[in-house]
Amino acid sequence: MNIYLLMFFIIWIGGWWLNVRISKFETFNLAKFIVPSLFGVVFLFMWELIVIGLTINPVLLPAPTAIASKFSSSLDILWIDFVQTLVKGALSGYILGCGSAFLTAIAIDKFNFLKRGLLPLGNFISALPIVGMAPIFVMWFGFDWQSKCAIVVVMVYFPMLVNSVQGLELIDPSRQDLMRTYNASYTQTLFKLRLPSALPFIFNGLKICSTLALIGAIVAEFFGSPIKGMGFRISSEVGRFALDMVWAEIFVAGMAGCLFYGVIALIERRTTFWHPSQQK
Amino acid sequence: MGMKSSYLSYKLIPVTTIVLLIGVFWYLVAIPMNSEKVSRQFKDLPTSEHVIKCWSLKKPKLPTPHQIITEMVNTTFFKKINSKRSLVYHGWITLQATLAGFFLGTLFGILLALGIVHNKAMDLSVMPWVIASQTIPILAIAPMIIVVMNSVGVTGLLPKAIISMYLSFFPVVVGMVKGLRSPDQIQLDQMKTWSASSNQILWYLRFPSSLPFLFASLKVGVAASLVGAIVGELPSGAISGLGARMLAGTYYGQTIMIWSALFAAAFLAAFLVFTIDFLQKITLKRMAIIR
Repeated sequence: MNIYLLMFFIIWIGGWWLNVRISKFETFNLAKFIVPSLFGVVFLFMWELIVIGLTINPVLLPAPTAIASKFSSSLDILWIDFVQTLVKGALSGYILGCGSAFLTAIAIDKFNFLKRGLLPLGNFISALPIVGMAPIFVMWFGFDWQSKCAIVVVMVYFPMLVNSVQGLELIDPSRQDLMRTYNASYTQTLFKLRLPSALPFIFNGLKICSTLALIGAIVAEFFGSPIKGMGFRISSEVGRFALDMVWAEIFVAGMAGCLFYGVIALIERRTTFWHPSQQK
Repeated sequence: MGMKSSYLSYKLIPVTTIVLLIGVFWYLVAIPMNSEKVSRQFKDLPTSEHVIKCWSLKKPKLPTPHQIITEMVNTTFFKKINSKRSLVYHGWITLQATLAGFFLGTLFGILLALGIVHNKAMDLSVMPWVIASQTIPILAIAPMIIVVMNSVGVTGLLPKAIISMYLSFFPVVVGMVKGLRSPDQIQLDQMKTWSASSNQILWYLRFPSSLPFLFASLKVGVAASLVGAIVGELPSGAISGLGARMLAGTYYGQTIMIWSALFAAAFLAAFLVFTIDFLQKITLKRMAIIR
């Protein structure tokens, strides 16, 4: 039997056994960190060994070490793509889209009729394959990042709107009565009571939209882009069967996605520490 | 009777009003967007005719709703179903991949959730990665999956279904884990006093109480599945399916074709979500979870 395949099974079973043992100490807080990390490391080793052991063609599945070396040798290209797609396209669209959805939510909050009309519609539109509008936006706004920004705006707008409206709506009536007994004005009630208590919903919307923004910006590049950008690189390198570069881009996208999500979650924890979902 | 009229004034009238407003807004926006092209094609038209031309161009920048609907009706009812120009044909191709991926994703999601709920080690090791996997813009790897699978000889439905599966398994895992853990300690204790085995607890308590969560996840999952199938059709140079239709429309500047494929996708999404909603109502009613 192939020595690499043997190692593959040894590491698999060893990792499994170790994880089962460690997770017995569930009171031990570190276990919650060690177990998933170990799972990830073992997974990487198994991937590497199975690629070597079965001599899988790198066109199909490159080994993690091959991806890592490609990643470190093409940092400059990856950085250019990162800036083009994620900073210029995704981030600008995310800020514009979420910001305008939030402002819309505050604006229509006073009008029950609008809310009742927009909420079911917004929920419906959130379920639609909006990313399919990407080719239209590329036609309207050109190949560069502006069209990517536009598609991201449209993709994040409705999920953010629905979440913000729901957050502003679900308020304990007794608290609102209390504000009224204080003779608080509309803006005072908005800033001191309603916005803070809507924060968990707003952050939920922001989290959902963070992934949507990355997807929109990358997929829109499949329909046309300048010769840089992550979506462009992925589709052109796939065409050349240079899968190590594709995986390097995916790694960047994954890290960026985790970072994006993590930053939002961190801000959420700082600002909504009072909410039951944040308490341990 | 009272309920019906409150439904009307509470939901139907506001929603219809907003939809109509959007329609009016659409026609208004179509004028400036197509105006340039009209002035290039027809010189010195009186204003009213200019506006009408803006709404009836052959390859407009923004087609109007009636143009899109006309195109949809034409390609749905007046073309043979197996013709390459039939919207039903393309919709069916996409629907097949969507359903296959949705089915696989749901199955995989439920199995994973069962493992996570029953096995502490699996909970600790897999759950963080499941969540992390969703912060990755997975659609970005759609072209890779398609090309790699094509090169090993797998073509057609399966590669698209795999993308759909990946997108739809996540809501199912998260919803099912929540649902299977939703029984109270009191209920679990009650099962223990009956000396129920863990299989019996699963089957008679955990599974039934997870159903409302499952259905909520299925609605999210099926919508995601459709997105996956459509995007899966884009990079492969596929010639059939709604995504391929959009791509072809982009190549030939056939904007009405792109929009009709988009509308068809929207109808398909609505149909799928409403079907699951309907199944949910029937199931939960029979189980007396809702009235």
